Amino acid sequence: MTVFSGTTGVRLGLRRGGIEVRQTLTYWPDLVQVLFVPVIGILVLLLLRGHHVPGTTFSLGSLTLPGFIGMTFATGGMLGVTTLIAVDREDGTLLRAKATPDGMTAYVISKICYSSAGSILGLVLTLIVGLAAFHGVTVHWPTLIWVAVLGLLATIPLGIAVGSALPDPRYIPLAVFPIAGLTAISGIFYPITHLAGWLQAIGQIFPVYWLGLGFRAALLPAHLASVELNGSWRLPYVLLTLVLWSALGLASAPPVLRRMARRESGSRVAARRERAMLRRT
Amino acid sequence: MRYGAKEVLAGIDFDVRTGEVVALLGPNGAGKTTTIEILEGFRMRSAGAVSVLGQDPARAGEAWRARVGIVLQAWRDHAKWRVRELLDHLGRYYQRYATAEIPRPWDTGQLLDLVGLSAQAKSRIGNLSGGQRRRLDVAIGIIGRPELLFLDEPTAGFDPAARREFHELVHRLTDREQATVLLTTHDLAEAEKLADRVLILAGGKIIADGPPEELALRLSAKAEVRWTVNGQRYIHPTEQATKFTRELFAHYGEAVEDLEVRRPNLEDTYMALVQEYET
Repeated sequence: MTVFSGTTGVRLGLRRGGIEVRQTLTYWPDLVQVLFVPVIGILVLLLLRGHHVPGTTFSLGSLTLPGFIGMTFATGGMLGVTTLIAVDREDGTLLRAKATPDGMTAYVISKICYSSAGSILGLVLTLIVGLAAFHGVTVHWPTLIWVAVLGLLATIPLGIAVGSALPDPRYIPLAVFPIAGLTAISGIFYPITHLAGWLQAIGQIFPVYWLGLGFRAALLPAHLASVELNGSWRLPYVLLTLVLWSALGLASAPPVLRRMARRESGSRVAARRERAMLRRT
Repeated sequence: MRYGAKEVLAGIDFDVRTGEVVALLGPNGAGKTTTIEILEGFRMRSAGAVSVLGQDPARAGEAWRARVGIVLQAWRDHAKWRVRELLDHLGRYYQRYATAEIPRPWDTGQLLDLVGLSAQAKSRIGNLSGGQRRRLDVAIGIIGRPELLFLDEPTAGFDPAARREFHELVHRLTDREQATVLLTTHDLAEAEKLADRVLILAGGKIIADGPPEELALRLSAKAEVRWTVNGQRYIHPTEQATKFTRELFAHYGEAVEDLEVRRPNLEDTYMALVQEYET
């Protein structure tokens, strides 16, 4: 079995991803699940709209909005994909992919498509509301596009690697807590400049902070850079860290996935399902 | 094949010829699933040589995968997809592996007909009944017109009607497609009904190998003759049922009624074999 088997698999994966996106958009329970986080986020942003960034007349809601998009990318790419893979392993979807020629390639591509579509949908919705209801949101398209693309690349492969490494869906919380913690120290809802130095240092290792910063650079007027660390958007560093995380994800996902897929078999799926049934009763 | 210190399969050696339907029969824990998963390329073996369609399944590529069909006992995948949508999609994976002799994949409409799911073509897979779901699994297993089809305990958890329906489907398949089939089961009647040849596995070894009727004969040649004379019922086990019956008529003539000659069935053979092995 090969994990990456060339263009046929990629083509089939794109088609598969498209079908899955359409299924989600046309089935309301799934749609509610997908829209839940962006809608709650947008509501929170609307509540913050009347408040001002201390010392300025700029809306706190507008300042938080790009960071929220960054968080959507980080959680969708890492947690979302981790969950998709864990669930697909439990119900046998992944084993089916393995039993089909070029199936694993198509499977991976379809998950990338599906997750990207979710993140981009969140971005577009937030952006529409942002432009309509928030003062001061100004889109710098080239920056927005490269930050978004690198944002997907920096998170989805990592999600694939983590999802493949988890033995069972019940370990998903193990992936939720670190990411929630990271969000807290990544300047999404609370300015990183107010945190202790060592927390700032940790926050700046991971892509969540840089995604938020990149989206702020793409969506806020230049003078607001003054409230950031070093008083700058530090775009070269955004580029560098996101590229490094993309490289790490792209390098680690295929071998971890391959290792996991090689061990997948009918009796493993059955054993996992039995454990799941014991948990539910 | 070992798991840690426990040897699960030892010295298993068998061939399956093209077009043959072979059943791996054995009690739970005998190594049936391990054997079939090694052949499917889903499990690495610790030792030994395996060749399936001319290749080692542990190392075979996507082209080999396209020639093999797999129906497992526990598929629950793609619950959100619709029946026709999934078959259409999965069929595409086999297109590039079509050959002059074997057009791939099946036409979705014909395939739905074959497995009796035409009425459910637009249903969500998660809403299918257990029997319909299993027929869909068979459809997916054969969609690429496999040269070799694996069925792992295909009717586990079926009610008798669903089981019969499934057996008819497999018969239709083997008659029409001349596919080679390897199935595992612990249901003797199923093995007897479906298989040209039965391999009985116990404790990680093959303890018997042959056509179902021959296995039954080979093991216990004794048949049972039952009859009534003047309302009195008699049962006599004998190795020469024909001779005994002729003598019976010579002696009693037309007084013999309700005559029955029973051959040992596979179940008797199987129980005898497994018991013999375990003691």
